[in-house]
Amino acid sequence: MAEATRDPVTGRETTGHEWNGIEELDTPIPRVVLFFLAATTLFAIGYWLLMPAWPLGWTYTKGLLGNDQREIVTRQVQDAAAERASWTSRIAKASFAEIAADPALMRHVRDTGRTLFADNCAVCHGTEGKGGPGFPNLAAGSWLWGGTPEAIAETIRVGINSTAKDTRTAQMMAFGRDGVLQREQVLAVVSYVRSLSGQKLTETEQARVPAGKEVFAANCAACHGPEGKGMHDLGAPDLTDAHWIYGGDEQSVLNSVHGGRQGHMPSWEGRLSPTDIKLLALYVGTLSGDRK
Amino acid sequence: MIATLTVAERQSAIALSMLVAFFGLIMMIAGSGDVLGVHGVIVLLFGLGFLGLVMSKYFEPEPPQERLTRYYDDPTKVGIVLSLGWAVVGMFFGVWVAALLAWPDLTLDAGWASFGRIRPVHTSGVIFGFGGNALIATSFHVLQRTTRARLPDQVTPWFVLIGYNLFCVIAASGYLMGVTQSKEYAEPEWYADLWLVVVWVTYFLLYLRTLQRRKEPHIYVANWYYMAFILVVAVLHIVNNLAVPISFGSAKSYSLFSGVQDAMTQWWYGHNAVAFFLTAGFLGMLYYYLPKRAGRPIFSYRLSIISFWGITFMYMWAGSHHLHYTALPQWVQTLGMTFSVVLLVPSWASAGNALATLNGAWDKVRDDATLRFMMVAAVFYGLSTFEGSFMAIRAVNSLSHYTDWTVGHVHAGALGWVAMITFGSLYALVPWMWKVERIYSPKLVEVHFWLALSGTIIYVFAMWNSGIIQGLMWRTYNDSGTLAFSFIESVVAMRPYYIARTVGGSLFLLGAIVAAYNVWMTIRMARLRGVTETGGTDEPVLPGAGAALQPGE
Repeated sequence: MAEATRDPVTGRETTGHEWNGIEELDTPIPRVVLFFLAATTLFAIGYWLLMPAWPLGWTYTKGLLGNDQREIVTRQVQDAAAERASWTSRIAKASFAEIAADPALMRHVRDTGRTLFADNCAVCHGTEGKGGPGFPNLAAGSWLWGGTPEAIAETIRVGINSTAKDTRTAQMMAFGRDGVLQREQVLAVVSYVRSLSGQKLTETEQARVPAGKEVFAANCAACHGPEGKGMHDLGAPDLTDAHWIYGGDEQSVLNSVHGGRQGHMPSWEGRLSPTDIKLLALYVGTLSGDRK
Repeated sequence: MIATLTVAERQSAIALSMLVAFFGLIMMIAGSGDVLGVHGVIVLLFGLGFLGLVMSKYFEPEPPQERLTRYYDDPTKVGIVLSLGWAVVGMFFGVWVAALLAWPDLTLDAGWASFGRIRPVHTSGVIFGFGGNALIATSFHVLQRTTRARLPDQVTPWFVLIGYNLFCVIAASGYLMGVTQSKEYAEPEWYADLWLVVVWVTYFLLYLRTLQRRKEPHIYVANWYYMAFILVVAVLHIVNNLAVPISFGSAKSYSLFSGVQDAMTQWWYGHNAVAFFLTAGFLGMLYYYLPKRAGRPIFSYRLSIISFWGITFMYMWAGSHHLHYTALPQWVQTLGMTFSVVLLVPSWASAGNALATLNGAWDKVRDDATLRFMMVAAVFYGLSTFEGSFMAIRAVNSLSHYTDWTVGHVHAGALGWVAMITFGSLYALVPWMWKVERIYSPKLVEVHFWLALSGTIIYVFAMWNSGIIQGLMWRTYNDSGTLAFSFIESVVAMRPYYIARTVGGSLFLLGAIVAAYNVWMTIRMARLRGVTETGGTDEPVLPGAGAALQPGE
């Protein structure tokens, strides 16, 4: 073993150990290390005295501050709810009309409704409520089940074709696939439906419209109404406006008539509080501006 | 390389290959119709491949007895190449995963390329593939040099290295096929875990057997750290992966732990994986290659001692700081937090010990990018351990938890510390191993250094920004007393940072590719030039010659 030597740079002695050319200096532990070791250890001991810290069989040291994270969070949640209650209680009690007439309350509705909507509804309906293929546009003013706050709140509460007992239920039959209508009839009614919203039709389509009108009256009018304006009671969409859930081009309408449609919306009762549902219904109403 | 094995060793290698192939066959049959069967095929081919490789060289002449007068470095050489290969693969997947967060369509509409599958390929690829191979390779090198003893035999190190890589291959291919235990950094299923236990225990025994034969009275600091790394990783791996397979023909298993115990076991494992895989192992590297490259003695032996015991003792308690404000009892959180705070001191003592060792060699740090890699690694080690202790404080954690700040913190450690010390060490080691006087291109080392440093800084700053913004958005209330932002708004706000992160990661990947190229060209250079024997200092003590161990002090 090598003897301890003196390092010319630092003037320190080495420990005398040597491994493959690596030596070690015999530098004492710097004071600052010991100081911080003592300081952090004292902090730890202090923290242990104040907070729940060490296990004792079936229990643990509770700490002098009596700090309990579960109690704290419960209290914080209660406090926050109490603070919000200044306006949430009014939302809960007032009628939709009363709330809509109160600008201060409507400001809370807009503030809170926006995040509630984005966190719960936007996945399907989009952050601005504009929907997407298969998901209705809520900003269009074209409602399946009615656009009054009461109707919207009920839709949110029970959902559509959901697992809730009192769910709203709507189904459009698969007229083509199930053989209710012949191929020619399907094509005809598709052309007629497209004519209702004033879309440009090809000459072939034009020619099918009269036949389609008859098919419509016999098969579709029961739900969509004789003029195709839809029925809120049945959740049947208005076919005369420019808004389409599944698309208004020939192929899309053909798909709908051929294969039928049955959209789903979950029930939010139990997941959102009645106040939150009320708030959301009002907020969703604001998405379409003045159109109702 | 197989020609360096004795005939008896070739026979053991054949037996081991056949055993592996046999297990592969069993897995293939038992697991037919399951992912386990696919893995059986991979294991079978792996075993047969090595069988063929050894058989092809079986009748080569025995290596000369003279081999025992030199260290056995072939596994280290292969380990270095594997490490760099995994680095490029693992970091490529990392850049891909990062890009997915900004451009979600980059999944190519393929199940195997979805975020949940390629993300563990990235983490395992860089931690276990890149880091693990580098640790095994350097540990064999450092162990022999600092004990002046040759590895006890020539089969065991190969078994450890190759067996470990088989584990990595099963892990990564499994993720792509959807196999996971859903335990972070412990995703591989039960059969892969069992195999790793065998490999790892063999590794530990190999280390002990070599240490036992040492011709140095003292065990060098680097070996303490490598030992802690191997021993504790074995304990962590075995406990956290205790599980019951649903059948021996299925890849799926259920953990022995559930609920909050499961969470606690997982993060005891997870944090100590950071501690003993990503810290202790790489500190072993630092303690050898940094003083060696700088040509300076270690600043303080005493500081080495207290930081080693401080780190090994304190880390064991710190895991629960991953579970602040959860169902975990508060007293466990308190212990995790307080020990994490005290842990800062030995961590900084280690970083300080490394930096103070450079006193008298700062001119070399300026001129030599290899040494600068190691210096910057020590700095990032100090930075990320400070950040870690800081984030372990409950009040801070309430802001940082579940945000990208955590991701940034991990990468400050993984890129700045782990990868930098590895690249520095490998750049120092490669010319020694292939017996050339320098790396192929020192200029490319310099290029790599700046790519790595700028990549790390861009990455970490992007994640600090996004993490803190995320944390604040999630806790901001409006005048109505309800949350001001929806979750999706916080996601949208992250986009610029995710793009910046992808850029930083790409720079780092580019650096790794430069490193792989540079090392490859160095190997080629050595081949073209033919092996030149170095002087007599890089040799173990001959058996019989001065073999008596020095008495300990």
